[in-house]
Amino acid sequence: MSNTTLTNSAITDSADTVAEGPDSFPNEKECLKVDNLNLFYDQKQALFDVNLSIPEKRVSAFIGPSGCGKSTLLRCFNRMNDLVDNCRIEGSIQLHNEDIFAKGVNVADLRQKIGMVFQKPNPFPKSIYENVAYGLRLKGESNRRHIDEVVERSLKGAALWDEVKDRLHDSALGLSGGQQQRLVIARAIAIEPEVLLLDEPASALDPISTLKIEELIHELKENYTIVIVTHNMQQAARVSDYTAFLYMGQLIEFDDTNNIFTNPSKKQTEDYITGRYG
Amino acid sequence: MDKINTGQHISHQFNIELEEIRNRVLEMGGLVEQQINNAIKSLVDGDTDLGQTVIQRDVKVNAAEVRLDEECCQILARRQPTASDLRLVVAVIKTITDLERIGDQAERIARMGLRLSEQERPKNGYHELQNLGEHVARMMHDTLDAFARTDTDSALRVAKEDLALDQEYDGVMRQSLTFMMEDPRMITRMLDVMWIARAIERIGDHAKNICEYIIYLVKGTNVRHTSLEDMEQELQE
Repeated sequence: MSNTTLTNSAITDSADTVAEGPDSFPNEKECLKVDNLNLFYDQKQALFDVNLSIPEKRVSAFIGPSGCGKSTLLRCFNRMNDLVDNCRIEGSIQLHNEDIFAKGVNVADLRQKIGMVFQKPNPFPKSIYENVAYGLRLKGESNRRHIDEVVERSLKGAALWDEVKDRLHDSALGLSGGQQQRLVIARAIAIEPEVLLLDEPASALDPISTLKIEELIHELKENYTIVIVTHNMQQAARVSDYTAFLYMGQLIEFDDTNNIFTNPSKKQTEDYITGRYG
Repeated sequence: MDKINTGQHISHQFNIELEEIRNRVLEMGGLVEQQINNAIKSLVDGDTDLGQTVIQRDVKVNAAEVRLDEECCQILARRQPTASDLRLVVAVIKTITDLERIGDQAERIARMGLRLSEQERPKNGYHELQNLGEHVARMMHDTLDAFARTDTDSALRVAKEDLALDQEYDGVMRQSLTFMMEDPRMITRMLDVMWIARAIERIGDHAKNICEYIIYLVKGTNVRHTSLEDMEQELQE
């Protein structure tokens, strides 16, 4: 573990508080809740007093210019920032009302509940089958039949099964970029997480593969809460139910995607999504 | 975010495209406004040449609609506009449909005017239609003005004005009926008068629609099919 220090004390008077959209959505069940989150890399503050509530089994998208803190915020959810030296977090994040920064939280367990997929597909240099089975084997699962079932279910869930069912034992590295990305998603859902964090999952893919991933996201939200970071605003508009706009480490607005893209309430959001000078 | 600003996009070309559709709507609106004025004038003065001109110029109005439609489609396909940009394109698409229909009504008035010119002119020289027509022409002028300045207060005023126009229209209808009852020989002519009054009243409705699009463009809320009070309430928020 790194030398990350965590303090859970609520911050009251740090950065200027920014009023954003509704704090939570009345018709939604809350999955993740962020309270007064401040994050520092050394002395440099990267997130300022972020408050938001991620609804369960919905797709929430984070958009904003480079360096606005959207990936940093995403990485907080499964404590990936623990791996960053000199990263200090204040405030709290709760997964179903349980503080993920609390003492005694097993980070490996947390990351099993909150899976993550990155910009570049990162399959292991193993067979397609073994990639998906990896998490189960790590957990000590040895029942061959059970593993077979999970691999099939996960590959079907990631809309990859039909393309690879005849070559499950070929190397995963022989798949196309789009297929690799879906394989990584299959690997993530094999261990049945509650939340999937997607950090620009389609930005390295061609348009058709991108559409497949987007279609997959739409199907996955039946069973999982999805949080996606994307540079592609049209993608956020297409796939998400809720959209958060971050700017310079502050959450400017978090609202229904329809509102954000037709009638945002903050001028900064409007300027960003319409491509104006901020 | 009360005023809509088409400029300041990082893409200069996008600024130009949005500015262009806005200007074209105003241009088309100007043409339609002229059509209304000329149609009424040709009727009142019995000027058949002017009436013919109005009928011929409707083609121009239609062409303007088609062209703007295409330009809006291209912007949607190529720019995927969002927020106020999207609302501008949507408002333009809707506005030009109403403008085109206003153009059709102006043409209709001109045709009726030609027909009436073959008959004996009444003593008052279609005074009531002149008043009604001038009323709607003013509304049209204010509507275009509100569109140009994206001014929701003016838009609301015009929308309210449509009530006054409707009342004036009712008056013309009652008067025409009275004439018809007094002298059945008037029936044919009075029916034409009523059709013209109806066309003018419809123009008022279209102007009101456009005012509602202006409010949508600026505020992002759809005030169609709501009462004037609700509209006013919405603007105060």
